Order: sequence, then structure tokens, then C-alpha cells
Amino acid sequence: MPEEEITPELFEHLVELAAFELSAEEAEYLRAELNKQLNAIHELEAVPLPPDTPITSHGVPYTPEISAPPREDRWQPFPHPEKLMAQAPETEDGYIVVPDIPHEEI
Amino acid sequence: MEEILRMEAHEIAAAVRAGKLSARTVLEATLERIAAVDGIPGRIGGDPEAEPDKIHAFITRTAERARAQADAVDAKIAAGEDPGPLAGVPFTVKDIFVVEGTPSTAASRILANYIGPYTATPVERMEAAGGVMLGKVNLDEFTFGSSSESSAFKPTPRNPWDTSRVPGGSSGGSAAAVAAGEGWLSLGTDTAGSIRQPAAFCGVVGLKPTYGRVSRYGLIAFGSSLDTPGPIARSVRDAALMLQVIAGRDPHDATSAAVPVPDYLAALEKDVRGLRVGLSPDYFRIVRAEGGELVEEPLPAEIKQAVLDTAERLANMGVEIVEDVPMPHNRYGIPAYFVIARVEAASNLHRYDGVKYGYRTPDRVADMREMYRKSRGQGFGLQPKLRILMGMYVSAAQYSERYYQRALQVRTLIRRDFEAIFDPEGKYRLDALLTPTTPTAAFPMGAVYGDSVLMQYADQLTVAANHAGVPGISVPVTTDADGLPLGVQLLGRDFDEATILRLARAVEDAVDFKPQITQIAQK
Repeated sequence: MPEEEITPELFEHLVELAAFELSAEEAEYLRAELNKQLNAIHELEAVPLPPDTPITSHGVPYTPEISAPPREDRWQPFPHPEKLMAQAPETEDGYIVVPDIPHEEI
Repeated sequence: MEEILRMEAHEIAAAVRAGKLSARTVLEATLERIAAVDGIPGRIGGDPEAEPDKIHAFITRTAERARAQADAVDAKIAAGEDPGPLAGVPFTVKDIFVVEGTPSTAASRILANYIGPYTATPVERMEAAGGVMLGKVNLDEFTFGSSSESSAFKPTPRNPWDTSRVPGGSSGGSAAAVAAGEGWLSLGTDTAGSIRQPAAFCGVVGLKPTYGRVSRYGLIAFGSSLDTPGPIARSVRDAALMLQVIAGRDPHDATSAAVPVPDYLAALEKDVRGLRVGLSPDYFRIVRAEGGELVEEPLPAEIKQAVLDTAERLANMGVEIVEDVPMPHNRYGIPAYFVIARVEAASNLHRYDGVKYGYRTPDRVADMREMYRKSRGQGFGLQPKLRILMGMYVSAAQYSERYYQRALQVRTLIRRDFEAIFDPEGKYRLDALLTPTTPTAAFPMGAVYGDSVLMQYADQLTVAANHAGVPGISVPVTTDADGLPLGVQLLGRDFDEATILRLARAVEDAVDFKPQITQIAQK
């Protein structure tokens, strides 16, 4: 069995960053799957890759001819703000209500 | 009713526009079909095993909205106006698109109570063209899967050819609905194969257009550099008809490309003689990923034969078949996708926090952080959690160079493979590459779900097109020994959907598999 890349400690750190509360059963499944997926990801190390290989963030090149021109910087009101506010779990007088926001001394 | 259901979408639209058939009649026949075959819709907390002989394509049915749309189409006809090219054609929408006034759930508990405040551009265009929306169909949660089984809305869709098998995914509800005669067209999305793979599993046509060809406005985002909306239909002509309506620049989506949209239906009429179609040995080898171990093996003989038979039939029609086309980076498509798609998913899914919309935990909480953790912990299923965690890991400052940067460089090599074979001055000068769509036919429900590596490798023959951005279409060509459909894939040049549609149409003509409504079976 190869050494696990995602150790229980590293996993806890990722879970904290992702802001998940997990059951023990979920945590066990997720950590095992992450390690299995990394096994597949390590296939990438076999690819001969000249160091000057550029990255591709979009497959289709966005040339100026096919790209959208920058939009005018103009404020456009959404026609139905009440529809957006109606989706909030808790509101009061047009404000969204949330629990206490913790503050830390820096 | 049977007679109406057997027509193709373009025939329905022509008959409605000519005043020979009313949109309302077409709709009522379709609603009857849905009532007969679909069973209960998926819902949170539903029984996954309920009604195993039904399709369960839907999450939300919008019959009254559809009746109003159909009546509006008929009123236009009565007033001498043209309702448009989709006049009276009933269609479904994968529930990853926002549609005003309808639940827009992404098949997730975290959006189960979310009502669309506006309508996605491709849906708006279909409705403006006279299409009649039947409702929202089921999918893998946030599209994360290849079987539709990860949906939080149960029961999940079943394959009409054999309801003990999956319809594929993530657009499984879309493909199952179209195959079962529950609407003629469905709007799906394809991030690694999510239109083409379920289309192949359900014996229908699925087209992933070029990235940027169809607007993503109103599509709930997963992998923003890969997500592509597109049509699922029972025939190539109907897929072309739908693409004609949804394609083209949209001021609401800065990544929608300003490239002219040709006449796709006219393109179907052109001869395929002289077109150059490639076959690649790199698509005849697959990776089997059972239990996390990756083993390379040949493509199953039946599937390889389906591709070779198709090539032979195209050759008989005057198509020039070019063999031994190298696509050496195809096998790295899934490993690169494991990185790139996860980074993009994690970034896109941070917005679900229980504050502005969607699910908020009903539990008592001490503060905001606990509210986030509980809302996200309870609202997301396992697959979104897995993707977010991986995305955070491979993009973290100390690991990013090793993983994310490397994956994006490999993506460049995948793109270059396509540029080389389509280069008009190059060695191969192809118009399209012909490949299998999937490494297997539809698998039994429960056989793969849970093994996230094995499930991801279901997309190993489709994902490269998403990395490269090029268009691809899956066409059903035959059935295997179990009587399940098999599809072949045609991959084309940037923004050249017209050529792969034309070839797909020729394939459809040449093979024995004909567009049909699947008889619901349980084997």
C-alpha cells in the first residue's frame, strides 16, 4: 500500500477550508476517494513536458475577432430585485439576516 | 397519438407552422406519453427503488406552463404569424439551467428550494422559437457523474432500453426522456462527455458544440472553461434544428464567440464525398480503472467493430478514411480533468453558503462559521464535497505547480493533438475524427456508483474534446449482444459543427439503427 498523500491531518485542514461538517462515515469515504483519484492524477507525471510548454485555460483560442468587446461600464438595475431577496433564507426590512459574525484580533 | 409521437421534431414544427397540426394536440399526446412511462418524479428523500419499470426522467413537470406556451403558438398560427422553427415542439431542460419561475435545483439539496429569477439564454431562445418546455429533467448532482445516480432527487432516471441500467450522465434525464418519447429535444450540458455519453447509452443523438458556440448564461456553473450546452435529439436533423436556434453570440456571456452561425439544416444536404475522416489507434485502447488500479486494455471488440463498420459505410459513400492518426495525449484527458475540473468546481461552489439563497441549516448555530459548515455539510452530497476538496488541494499554493499548472500544460498538448490532425496544411488534413463514444454500453444501476475513479473513466473517450474545446457528436449505430445501443463519436474543427452534423447524418442514413422511440424494457 503506497503512502497516503491525503493524511487524516491534511484532510481535516481541507475540510476546514471547504467549510463542511462531515460525519465520520462521509470523511472516511471522501479521504479514500481523494487518494484513489490522486493515483490517477499521478499519470500526468509520465507526460514528457518541455518546461516552456504554455498552459491552456481555454481550448478554443479567443482571438480579438471572435471575442466580445468590453462592455460599457454602465449600471443596469435588475428588473426584479424582490425575486432575488425572496430567495434569501431569512430577511428583515429588506436586509438578509445572518448569525453572529465571529471577529478575531489580528 | 402514436402517429404524432413517431414524427420527428422538424416534421412536427413543419406541420404546426402549416396549420395541419395544433401545438396543443402535440403537447397533450406528449403529456399522455409522460404519464404512461415516467412514473413519479425525483424528489429529496424519495425512494431510489420506487417503480423500477419507469423512467423517472423528471424533477419538475410544468404542464400548465407548457399548455400556455402551446396555446400561444396556436394563437399565432390563427393570427397568421409564424411562431418560429421549433413551433409546437415539446422539449425538456436539464435542471442545471435557470428558468424563471421554476425550481432550478442542479439536483442538489442545496438548491432544492431555489426558484429561477430569470431564464437561461438557450431556453429563452427555444421558447422564442415556438418550443414548448415540458419541465426540468434529472441529472447527477451539479452534473458530477456519468450515471445520474448522484442526484439528490430520487428515484434517479433509468435507461429506457433496460430500466435496470443507468441512462448515463450527467444529462441522463435528458437522454432518457428523448429516448422514451417524453419530448423531442432536450437541452443538456457537456463538461467531459455529459451529453454524448448518455446519448450513446440511450440510443439517441447528442451534440457538444464548440466551447463558446452556445451561451452559458443561466447555466449553473461547474467547470467554466469546459461547460458546453447542447442538444439531445432522436435524429441528427433534429439536433441540427435545435443547434440552429440556440447557437450564437449572447451579450450576457462574454465567452460566447462572435462567430457567424451557418445554416446547419442546409449543411445536412451536402454530399460527404471527398471528406477526410480519421481513425486513431489511441481511441481503440482504453484504461480500466477498477478499484483505483489503472490497467490499459483494448477497446471491447463489439465497440471497435461498430466504429470500423461505420468507417466502412462512410468509405462506401466516398469518404476518405485516414488510418493510424496519432492522438497520443488522449489517455491523459481524465487525469488532467481530475485536476482542472475540480479546481473550477471548487471555485464555483464556494458561493453556496446558506446566506443569499438555497439551503440553510435549520439547526441552532453559534455563529456564521458554524452556519456555513452545517449548511454546506447538509446541503451538498458526497460528489460535490469530493470535487471541492480535491479542487482545493490541487490548487493550493504549495501543490499548484505540481498539479494544476501541470494539468493545464498537458491540456495544451491535448489541444495540439487536435490542431495537428485538423491542420489544412498538415499531414492528416482531417475534416473529422471517428471514435467510439464510450468504453462500454450502459452499465447496471449500482455497479459503478461510489467508485469515483471508475465512474470518471466512463468519460475517457469524450473528455479530450472538452479540454480542446472542439465540437463532438454521438450517433447511435447498432446494438450489442445484450441489445443495448452503441454510439460512435465524430469530433470536428473549432466552430465546424456543420461538417460533423453532415457526416453524422450520413452515418445515420447508412446504418440499420433508425431514430425511434424506445420500447420501455426491463431485462
